[in-house]
Amino acid sequence: MTDEYPIVRITDVSKSYHRGSYVVPVLSDITFDIARGEFLAIMGPSGSGKSTLLNLIAGIDRVDAGSITVGGQDITAMNETELALWRADNVGFIFQFYNLIPVLTAYENVELPLHLTGLSRAARREHVQTALAMVNLTERMDHYPSQLSGGEQQRVAIARAIVVDPAILVADEPTGDLDRASAHDVLDLMERLNTELGKTIIMVTHDPHAAERAHSMKHLEKGVFNSV
Amino acid sequence: MILPKMIMKNAFRRRVRTILTITAMGIAILAFGLLRTVLTAWYSAVDASSASRLVTRSSVSIIFPLPLAYHEKIGHVSGVSRVSYGSWFGGIYISEKNFFANFAVEPASYLDLYPEFVVPPGQKADFLRDRRGFIAGKKLADRFGWRLGDIVTLKGTIYPGDWDFVLRGIYTGLNRTVDETQFFFHWDYLNEGVRKAYPAMADEVGFFMIGVKDPNLSAEVAREIDAMFANSRAETLTESERAFIMGFISMSEAIVMVIRIVSLLVIVIILAVVANTMAMTTRERIGEYAVLKTLGYRGSHIGVIIMGEALLITLSGCLLGIAVTFPMVRFFTTELGQYFPVFFVEPLTIWLDFGVAILVGAAAAVIPTRQAVRIRIADGLRRIG
Ligand SMILES: Nc1ncnc2c1ncn2[C@@H]1O[C@H](COP(=O)(O)OP(=O)(O)OP(=O)(O)O)[C@@H](O)[C@H]1O
Ligand SMILES: [Mg+2]
Repeated sequence: MTDEYPIVRITDVSKSYHRGSYVVPVLSDITFDIARGEFLAIMGPSGSGKSTLLNLIAGIDRVDAGSITVGGQDITAMNETELALWRADNVGFIFQFYNLIPVLTAYENVELPLHLTGLSRAARREHVQTALAMVNLTERMDHYPSQLSGGEQQRVAIARAIVVDPAILVADEPTGDLDRASAHDVLDLMERLNTELGKTIIMVTHDPHAAERAHSMKHLEKGVFNSV
Repeated sequence: MILPKMIMKNAFRRRVRTILTITAMGIAILAFGLLRTVLTAWYSAVDASSASRLVTRSSVSIIFPLPLAYHEKIGHVSGVSRVSYGSWFGGIYISEKNFFANFAVEPASYLDLYPEFVVPPGQKADFLRDRRGFIAGKKLADRFGWRLGDIVTLKGTIYPGDWDFVLRGIYTGLNRTVDETQFFFHWDYLNEGVRKAYPAMADEVGFFMIGVKDPNLSAEVAREIDAMFANSRAETLTESERAFIMGFISMSEAIVMVIRIVSLLVIVIILAVVANTMAMTTRERIGEYAVLKTLGYRGSHIGVIIMGEALLITLSGCLLGIAVTFPMVRFFTTELGQYFPVFFVEPLTIWLDFGVAILVGAAAAVIPTRQAVRIRIADGLRRIG
């Protein structure tokens, strides 16, 4: 496997939801690759299936047909437990609403994924501090999410996403709930993660400013790609 | 570890709700503990009864007497080690509300047969020597402030007239299941009085207490005694002391049943309360659980968090309830001692309290846990925002 080999390979993926008796097709026969180190933006109207696609790539939802390989591993063949273990090691998540655990401090939130590894307390501390320094929130580590601004919460979430050093980061409208300035900080940060640390980033967004930061863009409409 | 910390913090996120639930659990445990203690008190007489003792009474009814002459015959049955006899006196001390059990017994054989009534040797000798003497349980003597040598007068109900007795001894129980509220005096003294006033009723006793050499042969001894008096003027019924006492208690079996049902209802109600609390917390946190799953936490982790919170609540309530049970029982002992001569919290009750708490906590967490474990991550995440 060389570096040229795509980190994500999506082959003939279809997905539909069942609402009562009838079926809502969401994605139909999607096929595409994402190269290692890519910063991809996925855009498209509401309901076009962007989140669904992102969830499939990140292994938190299952395909109906087709296959998805990430880093050479076929995640569509894994069972729930295997998938959970795989996610913990390989994917960092950034959500629109930050999704921090409100009863835990910034430090504890960032530490969450590390409890699933065999790391010692000291090693965990080192990782958490590195991640918090990266997002420039070292002084706020003992604050609870409710004591942080939206932008700061999103940066904590980013620290949590990168703390296990995953190969890919998925972000679902990471700036959707932020004001212009905070969005700008968050996008700067993501750009740095991509260029300095070489993370592959897949970002769903409605925001043209966000999409501009990406290296490439795909447009999803009614479950199929419109090349741009 | 992070899970215990999350359990603690989650539990006290809605402080008022959690405190109310814990309080409800505490009250339920208190109610459960008190009801069980009443049952224990009810059955303590049975527990205190000995397997090596038999009681012979009239086969017609406990209120029909037997001839004293049976005494010697019973003594000759093989397997019998000691025979005593007595009658329920039913005397009243000053007023009916001062109720306590009082019996006329053949004193020497009675105290031999009932080693659980412990009388200091000097007092025992005094009691045996004085035909008007009586012994009282420590709780009874304390209740009325009787001292050795005091004259106590009981008004007879079955045997009319005022009867004077002299306190010669105070017994204590060998263990705490022994009833310390009883009153025993010389059967001969009763019989003398009866002979004067109602000669036809003389030389009759209410029951015989029989010690057997080998408890395993009790049933055979009992059969032999009853066979001996079959077809006589006064047929007998001989049974183990336990069965004899159970006969009294079973009169109140319906009440015991009600108490058991109420105990069960208390558990069902508290289960509903805790289950409701857990359902609410889980509904509120389903998005967080989805986030944890996204990060790689598995169903078992989520289960531990929910189950742990439920158990934290029920066990806190349990400790609270137990802490209140003891002073409450002490209060009942002082206020209601005459109705429940033996009233204390059994260790088993405390274990059952914990058992109930664990059961309720686990049961209340089952459905929320299943929900949280089963929900698809993508659906859980949709509930945020
Ligand atoms: N669990 C579900 N059950 C039923 N329908 C669903 C479910 N999840 C998504 N859908 C439907 O699938 C379609 C695509 O949803 P998806 O969330 O992927 O869209 P999206 O492109 O991310 O939209 P938005 O920009 O509004 O976030 C929508 O019509 C949505 O209603
Ligand atoms: Mg979406």
